[in-house]
Parts: sequence; structure tokens; C-alpha cells
Amino acid sequence: MRKVYLDHVATNPLHPEALEAMLPYLKENFGNPLSIYELGLKAREAIEDARGKVAALINANPQEIIFTSSGAEANNFALRGIAIAHQNKGNHIIVSRMEHHSILNSARFLEKSGFAVTYLPVDKYGTVNPEAVKKAITKETTLISIIHASPEVGTIEPIADIARVAKDRGIFFHTDAVASTGNIPIDVNALGVDLLSMAAHQFYGPKGAGALYMKEGIRITPLIYGGIQEGGRRAGTENVPSIVGMGKAAELARKDMDRRISHIKPMRDRIIKELLKTDHIYLTGHPENRLPGHASFAVEYIEGESMLLLLAGKGIYAASGSACTSKALKASPVLLSMGIPSNIAQGSVVFTLGEGTTEADVDYLIETLPQIITRLREISPYGKGWDHPEDLLMQKERT
Amino acid sequence: MYSELVMEHFTNPRNVGEIPDADGIGTEGNPVCGDVMRIYIKVKDGRISDAKFKTFGCGAAIAVSSMVTEMIKGKTLDEALEISKETVAQALGGLPPQKMHCSNIGAEALHKAIEDYKQKHSSR
Repeated sequence: MRKVYLDHVATNPLHPEALEAMLPYLKENFGNPLSIYELGLKAREAIEDARGKVAALINANPQEIIFTSSGAEANNFALRGIAIAHQNKGNHIIVSRMEHHSILNSARFLEKSGFAVTYLPVDKYGTVNPEAVKKAITKETTLISIIHASPEVGTIEPIADIARVAKDRGIFFHTDAVASTGNIPIDVNALGVDLLSMAAHQFYGPKGAGALYMKEGIRITPLIYGGIQEGGRRAGTENVPSIVGMGKAAELARKDMDRRISHIKPMRDRIIKELLKTDHIYLTGHPENRLPGHASFAVEYIEGESMLLLLAGKGIYAASGSACTSKALKASPVLLSMGIPSNIAQGSVVFTLGEGTTEADVDYLIETLPQIITRLREISPYGKGWDHPEDLLMQKERT
Repeated sequence: MYSELVMEHFTNPRNVGEIPDADGIGTEGNPVCGDVMRIYIKVKDGRISDAKFKTFGCGAAIAVSSMVTEMIKGKTLDEALEISKETVAQALGGLPPQKMHCSNIGAEALHKAIEDYKQKHSSR
């Protein structure tokens, strides 16, 4: 059966060149980077080389890169580390409703620890309004964190404008750029951010490697205490092979970015154009300001997990923000925050393209998905003018 | 995630559709996850002679609907009322814990269809 992987926002295959770069550090070059003999020095040099490559990908200085175990750790570190380190100046932080769980749950942790948190609303495209950020600021605000690009709907936020608002008030600004780093050009200086999170596997690096960019001179409280690694800001023996793989992947992403974008964007546009021809299917996220390989939809009258299972049965692998795909059994908070009714949010399906995606893959998707939609609508009670789902549920509450 | 039998019923669901002159109709939904099932029954000589369903929901919800409608055919109303979320899940070879609510919706929709039949019948 044909296999079509369209879930690149979940993860990516490791680039062969990144794997090649990693192998010596899994085998002969196994030294601890803190050791002072040759094996240790080789590992230390490899980490610093990778640091330089990751820094170059976002136009930062190498000393501004702190390696972490994941994008989620970088997000936790930024939010909790900055809020706690600067709580003598204030106890209020601002995040958006578009954020990843690693930001939202860190914000909730801070709330339980006595911080006040503002969760900013977004418009129908999932865009945060810089004016709303400005209005939410209080004299207690020390940190604003807004996602750079949504992995769920692909929307790219006006980060430079929001960062300017923060800078004008002397407030730290962090962006979760896990979904965007390595996939679109990022210049931390042009964006004006103080902190930025990234993850290697989002740009063909290994899983288990992430990084936090932190502008030089900023004070942060570590999440992990112990040794002096990462300038004393993140203890623990470094994951040398994964860091090396991240460095190589960053180097390749920088070199190949234009080619990668030119490869996937026209295919992404074709998916959107063709799939929108089906009745009662809607594009989610911003029509233009979106990740180049991201096509996300809400399909009315049917449910997302059913679509994913039937797509997988045809060899097409995708994602959904439907309640039934989340362990909490709640529809995606991101889709709901954009004003999408819960019954339509239930029909969410997300296709994300990558280097290996071909025109034939896109043809196959465009041919297969409408058939699956038709089939599921035949099973659904809502396909032929039945009561609105919410009416049925209200009916239940009345009985 | 799902047993082979669940996937079999999901990919080839039995008894999809509506019964226009149904003797009983039961609708049940889960306001949290949004799944909704509607079960139609025909009753002849005290036994369920036909059953169909329409479902908005995940793989488990569709498989449960298919299994419930298969299980009740030929049963008396009292026998059908004994079907619970556990017996449906068991008949499907088990469901993941987070999907047990789907079999609950199926059993509840069935019970409501039987209640509907009884109400209509007693008012005649």
C-alpha cells in the first residue's frame, strides 16, 4: 500500500547527514564534555560547533543558545525561569490562547504559585492582536509569551509587532518557535525577541534535542540544578549525539530553506485549493500568514479521529485536533479560541508537508479524502439536515 | 489502539442508516467529546426485528453503534435492555479506557430507543 506521511508537524525523519554526524558520538567519541582529556575535548568541541550552527540558523550569538531536551523543556524553562527570576519586579505574565500545552501548563503552574496570568484571545484566524497585548500589560507584567507559528492551524503571529510592545515597556518577550524554526526564516534580532524556543526534530534533527535562545545578559532561574553545564543554567551531562545532530540539521535547514519552501508551498496551496472544493469544509488558520507546508481544515458533520483512521487505512498519515484524539476528550482549545463551534472543531484534520512529499502524494490525498468524507457523512446523522449536534446535546441536558 | 474487531466494525459498519417507520428511536450524546448516536429499532412479536444507526463520532463510537445493532437483532426487549457499556465493549474485544464512554453512549441510545418504543406502545 502507498504510504504518504503528511504529519511533519508531529515530527520528521532524521536527515541522513544529521545521522552521519551523530554516529561518531554514539560510538568512538563517547567522552563526557566536562572531561579534560582528548575524548572529553572532542565532545566539548562538537557541542560548541553545534551551538554555533543553531545560533546561525536564527542569527543569534552562540553563547545565547542553551541546549535542552526538547521544545517543551525550552518553553517551561523560559516561562518559569524568567517569571521566577524576576518576580521581585512583578508577578504578572501574558500568554495567548494559541499556545502549546508546555506554555499553558507552565502558566497554570505559575498561577498556582501565586502569579497572575492573562490568556489573550485571538481572532478567527488565530492571530494575536498587538493592541490587545498592550492593553493587557499591567505594572506587574514581567513576561509576555506568544507562539511564533501554530502547529495546529499554521498561523504565523505578528511577533515583531508584539515584541516591540513588550520592549517599549521593558518587559521580557518569549516566543515558542518550535513549529517554525528551521521551516521559515527567523532572525531573532529582526523579530526583537528576548527568548525563543526550538526543537531539532521539527527540522529533520533528532528527537530529544531542543534549545532556548536567550539574549545575552538576561537572568534566568534554572529548571534543573546540578553541574555547571550550559553556563550553569541547565545542569546534566549533555546529550552530545543529539546536540551534534541538531547542529547539523540546523546547518542544512539554513542552507536548504529556500529550496524546501519552494518545494512544499505550491503543493500546500494545491491541497487547500482542491480540498476546499468539497462541501462544508473550511480552512482553519490564516489564509496567507501560515507555515509553508501547513494545510489544516475543519470538516463539518464528521469527526476527526474517524477521518484519521480511514486515512491511515489508505496509508495517509495526518493529525487532528478533535476531542477524540485528545486524552482529555476535549476539542482543541486553539480551534475553540478562534471561535470555531465545537461541533465543527470536532472535524479537524491537519496535513503538514515535508521534504519527502511529492506531487503524487498530493494527488493521492486529493483523490482519497473526499471519498472518506462522503463515506463518514453517510454514517453521520448530520449530513442530511438533521438537528444541529449542539441541539441534540442540549436535548440531552433537558432530559 | 483498537482491537482488530473494533477496526473491522469501524471500517465495515453494519446496519448504517435510518428506519423511516421505526418503532423506537433513541439518541444519546456526550457533551464533553461531542459524540452523538441515534439508534432505530423495529419490534415484531416482542422481539427486535431490525435495527439501524447513525453516528457522529470516533472509530470506537462507530464500532460500538455497529456492534450494538448487531447484538440486539432477534432479542426480546428485556434481553436488549441487559446490554450495557461493559457487554458492548466485551463483544468488541475491549476498548481503550478513554473510549469506554463511547460504549456507554451506545448502550444509552439503545435503552432510550426501547423506552421510546414502550412509551409509544403504552399510549396506544
